[in-house]
Amino acid sequence: MKKSTSRNPITNAGILNWFKGLFFSKNLTEDTSLGGRRRWVDYAFLVAFFLLLLLAASMSDVFFTERNISNLFRQIVTNGLISLGMLVVILTGGIDLSVGPVVAFSAIVVSGMIQNQHLPLPVAILISLCVGILTGTFNGFMISKFKLQPFIVTLATLGAIRGLVYVYSQTPITPEDPSFRTIFGTPILGPFTLSVLIMLVAFPLAAFFLNRTTAGRAIFAIGGNEEAVRLAGINVQWHIMLAYMISGLCSAAAGVLLASRLGIAQPSVGAGFELDAIAACVIGGAILGGGGGTALGTFGGVVTLGLIDNLLNLFNVQSYYQQIFKGLIILFAVLARRKEK
Amino acid sequence: MHDEDFLIAKDITKYYDTTAVLKRVNFSARRGEVHAIVGENGAGKSTLMKILSGAVQKNAGEIILDGVPVVLRSPFSAHRLGIRAVYQEFSLVRHLSVTENILLGQMPTDRTGFLIDWNRVHKLAEEKLAEIGFTGLNVRSLVSHLSVSHQQMVEIAKAAVTRPRIMILDEPSAVLSQDELNRLFALIQRLKKESTLILYISHRLEEVFGVADRITVLKDGEYMGTVLAGETNQNQLIKMMVGRNLGEIYPKRHKSPGEKILEIKHLAQEGSFRDISFSLAEGEILGMFGLVGSGRTQVARCIFGADPITSGEMHLNGKNIKPKSPRAAVEAGIALLTEDRKRDGLVMSCSIGDNVSLASMEQVSRCGILNTRQRDARVRNQVKGLSIQPAQINRLVRQLSGGNQQKVILAKWLLSQARLLILDEPTRGVDIATKVEIYRIISDLAESGVGIILISSELPEILGLSDRALVMREGCLVGEFAKAGASEEALLSCAAGVIQ
Repeated sequence: MKKSTSRNPITNAGILNWFKGLFFSKNLTEDTSLGGRRRWVDYAFLVAFFLLLLLAASMSDVFFTERNISNLFRQIVTNGLISLGMLVVILTGGIDLSVGPVVAFSAIVVSGMIQNQHLPLPVAILISLCVGILTGTFNGFMISKFKLQPFIVTLATLGAIRGLVYVYSQTPITPEDPSFRTIFGTPILGPFTLSVLIMLVAFPLAAFFLNRTTAGRAIFAIGGNEEAVRLAGINVQWHIMLAYMISGLCSAAAGVLLASRLGIAQPSVGAGFELDAIAACVIGGAILGGGGGTALGTFGGVVTLGLIDNLLNLFNVQSYYQQIFKGLIILFAVLARRKEK
Repeated sequence: MHDEDFLIAKDITKYYDTTAVLKRVNFSARRGEVHAIVGENGAGKSTLMKILSGAVQKNAGEIILDGVPVVLRSPFSAHRLGIRAVYQEFSLVRHLSVTENILLGQMPTDRTGFLIDWNRVHKLAEEKLAEIGFTGLNVRSLVSHLSVSHQQMVEIAKAAVTRPRIMILDEPSAVLSQDELNRLFALIQRLKKESTLILYISHRLEEVFGVADRITVLKDGEYMGTVLAGETNQNQLIKMMVGRNLGEIYPKRHKSPGEKILEIKHLAQEGSFRDISFSLAEGEILGMFGLVGSGRTQVARCIFGADPITSGEMHLNGKNIKPKSPRAAVEAGIALLTEDRKRDGLVMSCSIGDNVSLASMEQVSRCGILNTRQRDARVRNQVKGLSIQPAQINRLVRQLSGGNQQKVILAKWLLSQARLLILDEPTRGVDIATKVEIYRIISDLAESGVGIILISSELPEILGLSDRALVMREGCLVGEFAKAGASEEALLSCAAGVIQ
C-alpha cells in the first residue's frame, strides 16, 4: 500500500517531464528536476497552448474543419523549415539573420529558371537549393574562418542578398507551369500536401541528425564550449560552416515551397522571417548563445506561432494585434524558462 | 588574540531542492584569527561561506556577529557589516581596468561631481594596493589582459582594500605561484594584526597548517569539530574529513619505462619558451614542475597542436610529426587534459555521455552516424571504471563536483585510446579522496604503457608519481631530476632560480 502511494508522484513527474520534453530542451528538464523547485510558470506555457486549442474548439466551428487544419499546416511550412535551420545555427551559439532574403532569393531564382530559362522543374529546384547552400557557405566561412560575430556577418548578408534579389529581378515573377503549383500543393496523404509532408519529415530528420550523428553532437557541443570541442580534436570550423549551410538549404527549400504555394515570387518576400524563426526556436526551448534546444521543441514553437496566426485570423483580428500577441508569447516563453539563480 | 567569539553560526541548515547540504552546522570564530574550514568536495564549505557572505540564503539557523544577530540578505548587506568574500569563481569585470575593478562603485569624481579624474583614480588605486603590500601590478591594464594568478591577486585586493572585519578566502591559492602565495600570507598576517577574522578554505593541507590558527572540519554537510592547528597533524585531519584512513596516497608501480615514444628537440615558441628538449618513454611518468608563468602549459599546448610552434622538432614513435591542430594530435594518439576544465576542458551544458565520447565519436560511428548503443556502453564502462558519481550518463556535467568533472575528462581521453597523455594540473580543485583515485588512474595508465607528462604545481604530487622530473623557469628547461635525487627543496629552488 505504502509503495503505491510513493510511486504515484514519480509517474506524475514523469508524464510532466515528458510533456516538458516536447517543448523544452532535454537539458532544461534535467536542470529543473535537480536544481530549482518546480514552479507554476514552468508549465504555464504548456497550459496556455492547450487553452488556445480549447478556446479555438469552443469558439470557432471552422477551426477543426479539414480545410482549416490543412491550411494551418500549409501556412507553417515556410516558418517550419526556416526555424529548423535556425535551430542548428543557434545550437552552435550563432544566429542567422539572413534567412528572409535567402527565401526571396531561392523563390525568385526557382521561378525565373522555370519561367524565363524554361528549365525542367527538378533542375530549377536544385539550382535554387544550391543558391541557398552557397549563401550559407559564405556566412559560415566568414564566421568560422575569420572569427567574426554571426550577428554582424548575417546582418551584412541580410542586406547584401536582398540587393542581389533585386539585381536578379525587380519585378515579381509568375511561373506559369501549372505543375510547379500542383506537385507541392495537392493533398496526397489525407489533408496533407507534399510541402507539408516535406516539413513533417524534416523535423525527425533533423532530430536524427542532431542526436545520432557525429556532426550533430559536435554542433551541439560547440555551442556549449567551442574551445573544449576544438581541444577534443574536432574540426570546429567545418561544423560551424555546416550549420550555416544547413540553414541556407532550409531557407532555400522554404523559398521554393513558398513560391509554389503563392504561385508568384515577389522580390520583397521574406521581410521579418528571421524574427518568426528565432521566436519559434526560443519558444521551443532553444537557448540563444548555444547549449540547448531540440527539433521537437522547435516544432512545438512553430505550431504554436502558426496556431496564434490561424486563430486570430479566424476571429478576424487585425494583424497588428497578432504581432503584439506574438511578442507577449515570446516573452512569456523566455520567462517560463528563466533559470532560477 | 581576542578570546570572545566574534562570529557565531548557530544551527545553519541549507537545502537545495530536497538535498541537505548543511545540517545544523555550528561554529564560532574570533577576531584576529585565521580560521580554516576544511572538508572534502561537497562537504558544504563553500555553501557555508556563501551564506556567511550573503550570496546564498540559509533555510534555518542564526548568525551572530559581535553579539548581535544579523540578517544577511545579499552580498551588499554583508559588505555593510564588513564581510568580504573572495570566491573560486572570479567576479571581476574583465573588460575594465584593475583600478576600476578595485574601486568599482566608489570612484571619486572631480569637482563637478560627474567626471572621473583618471590620474587621481589610478593613483588612489596604486596607493590602496601598496597599503596591503600588493605592488608591481599595473593598475591601468585591463583585467582580461592579466594572467589567471594576477586576476586572483586583484580579486583578493578588491576585498582587502575595504578593510573588512571578516575576510572569506575560498581556495585563494589554487592559481597562485609561490611568490604570490607569500604575498597573500603577508597580507593575511597584516589583516590579522588589524584584528580581522579570516576564514580560509583550501584543499592543500600543507598550506592550511602553515597559515591557520584553528581548523574546523565539515563532512557531508555536518560539523565534525574544531581543532587547534598546533595540536593536530595531517593524518588526523584527513581522518576527520574522510572518516577513514586513505592508506597509500601514491600507488606503487612495478613496471619500468619501456621504449622511447616521444622525443622533442629544441622546441620553441616566440615569447613563451625556447630550446626545450626532452624525451618520454612508454609507461613513464615525466613530472614537469615550474612556477606559474614558467611556460609549462604553453609547451603542453604546443605538443598537442593547440598553439603553433616557431621552431623545433617532434618525434612520436620514431616518426617526425608536427601537429598542426588538436585534431591531428588526437589522431596521432596524443591527449591533453587542460589546466582549466571549465574554460577549455568540458562542455558544461552537455551530458556526461557527450563529454566522455567527444574525442572518440568516430570510433563508434559509420559514415558519420553514431551507434548510440555502442557509444553508451563504452561511456558506461568508463563511468563505472573511474567510479564517476552520479553514474548516470545523461546527467549534465555542470551538476557534477570538481573531482567528478575531472574524471569525466580523464574518461574522455581514456576512450580516445591515447598513447601519450599530457596532464596539466590534473588534481586542481579536487578533494583528497578523488585525488587519490586520480593518482591510481594515472599510475594504472602508466602500467599499461601510456607515456604521461604530468604538469603540476604541487611538489608532493610530482615527487610521489613521477619517474623523472623536469623543472622549467622563464621559458627554459633548467633542471632534470631522477626520482632518487629529487627533493622538494631542490625542485623549488631550481624553479625559483635560487642557487643552493
